[in-house]
Amino acid sequence: MKQLKFKILSNVQIADKVYKMTLSGDTTDIKCGQFVNIQIDGAYLRRPISVCDLEQGVLTIIYKAVGKGTEIMANLDKGTVLDVLTGLGNGYDIAQSGDKPLLIGGGVGVPPMYLLAKELVNEGKKVTVILGFNTKTDAFYMEEFENLGAKVFVSTVDGTLGVKGFVTDALKEIADYTYFYTCGPEPMLKAVYNATATSGQFSFEERMGCGFGACMGCSCKTKYGNKRICKDGPVLVKEEIIW
Amino acid sequence: MVDTKVTLSGIELDNPIIPASGTFGFGYEFAELYDINVLGTFSFKGTTKDARFGNPTPRIAECESGLINSVGLQNPGVEKVKAQELPKLKKCFSKPVMANVSGFSVEDYAYTCQMLNDEEQIGWFEVNISCPNVHGGGLAFGTSAKNAELVTKAVKAVTNKPVYIKLSPNVTDITEIAKACEAAGADGISLINTLLGMRIDLKTKKPVVANKMGGFSGPAIFPVALRMVYQCYEAVKIPIIGMGGVSTAEDVVEMMLAGATAVEVGAANLVNPFASKEIIEDLPRVMEKYKISSLKDIIGGAH
Repeated sequence: MKQLKFKILSNVQIADKVYKMTLSGDTTDIKCGQFVNIQIDGAYLRRPISVCDLEQGVLTIIYKAVGKGTEIMANLDKGTVLDVLTGLGNGYDIAQSGDKPLLIGGGVGVPPMYLLAKELVNEGKKVTVILGFNTKTDAFYMEEFENLGAKVFVSTVDGTLGVKGFVTDALKEIADYTYFYTCGPEPMLKAVYNATATSGQFSFEERMGCGFGACMGCSCKTKYGNKRICKDGPVLVKEEIIW
Repeated sequence: MVDTKVTLSGIELDNPIIPASGTFGFGYEFAELYDINVLGTFSFKGTTKDARFGNPTPRIAECESGLINSVGLQNPGVEKVKAQELPKLKKCFSKPVMANVSGFSVEDYAYTCQMLNDEEQIGWFEVNISCPNVHGGGLAFGTSAKNAELVTKAVKAVTNKPVYIKLSPNVTDITEIAKACEAAGADGISLINTLLGMRIDLKTKKPVVANKMGGFSGPAIFPVALRMVYQCYEAVKIPIIGMGGVSTAEDVVEMMLAGATAVEVGAANLVNPFASKEIIEDLPRVMEKYKISSLKDIIGGAH
């Protein structure tokens, strides 16, 4: 973990209540599947946000303005300097992917799939992605995943884009994958757990106090013992999860 | 050159800053960030006789200038603390540490303290009779003068190390409990634990934390904590460790003027992992600004 200053390069809306922020700063400590914890003027606790993309010195995050803190974030101007804790959480283990990994993201669980897809494509893997949203106006990043060279399936609950239904409905069309990675709301994760044939990794969300393992605010029970989502997670493997 | 040293029951601290139990683990997470030997000491994660997972999640609710937690004393139990946590603590911290202990009966408290008593690095016990997050447990002791007395006596009987009793603010008159602890032989008291609070989520229309209520901490509670330290200083002669919303070096000085010999920093560590270190570094500047040459001299100075 590092405590660093990041400067906002851009902060734009890309879907209904969904914003993309790019920040410049020291990204050397950040890994795929980790999150950053951002101090916001006007909120007491930091806001944990998953890492969407990394270029040298540029961090991209995508967040949904759903509460006080993220609404303040949505109004931050270019040039604003933020206090950010980086290098938080365990991240994905990409070595487990096999040749044909499947990535399943739902809503604000989509962003962490992007850097993962990019890294897997760079490793020469044949990547398939399922992106799930409630409706067309919520959807984002389909083109970005396609531009990486991933095969992209989309599902929306109301059928306004792609397959009508949940990510698990799109999953029915995909038989050939070696491993999977997923991030999204807990009901989706549970449905993916039950619908998948292989092992895989799940990224969980929980209300956090500190985000770096000190407060025990986000503990969960696993088959491998008690874990802190912020420090021992957010990524858990399929075999250890207790629903 | 200002003097930040204070003495807590015969053990000298380089400065009065003590990260509070439950916000600092067993130290080693923070030792990855900075040399924690700059601290006066720290109070390690509340330890109980048996392992506890604690309460269901969500356990955290944000508030204006603070947060509510309902962790519920998650800890691996005293045996694992001795076998696994304290050896790791020892590697990164060379000073005497404060052992924070909780329980659900007088016997529990005595058992856990006795188990920890042979740990040389433990300089003090901080006996938590005030956790608001365990049903029928910790809080019941802290809210009755009689029980506070019984726990104090039971713990004093199993250790020669100084015993500080950590008091709850969720009582009618905290000085009554403080006096009961003093009469029972406590070496000091520490206060305040969190204030019982709650938040309701407007979207779900239900309490935010799964346990419905939790302990409120953070800068919002500082004036309440300060007032209670001030009142207890008038009520007892034993030393007081003051805490509750302390976030700056100025807060530390204020707490000491109210009557604290040392000061714990809690919620601030969760928002800024370097908070305790930064407060220590800032103390000399604040002391010079307010013409304080030695912190020892200002304890209770507001009375």
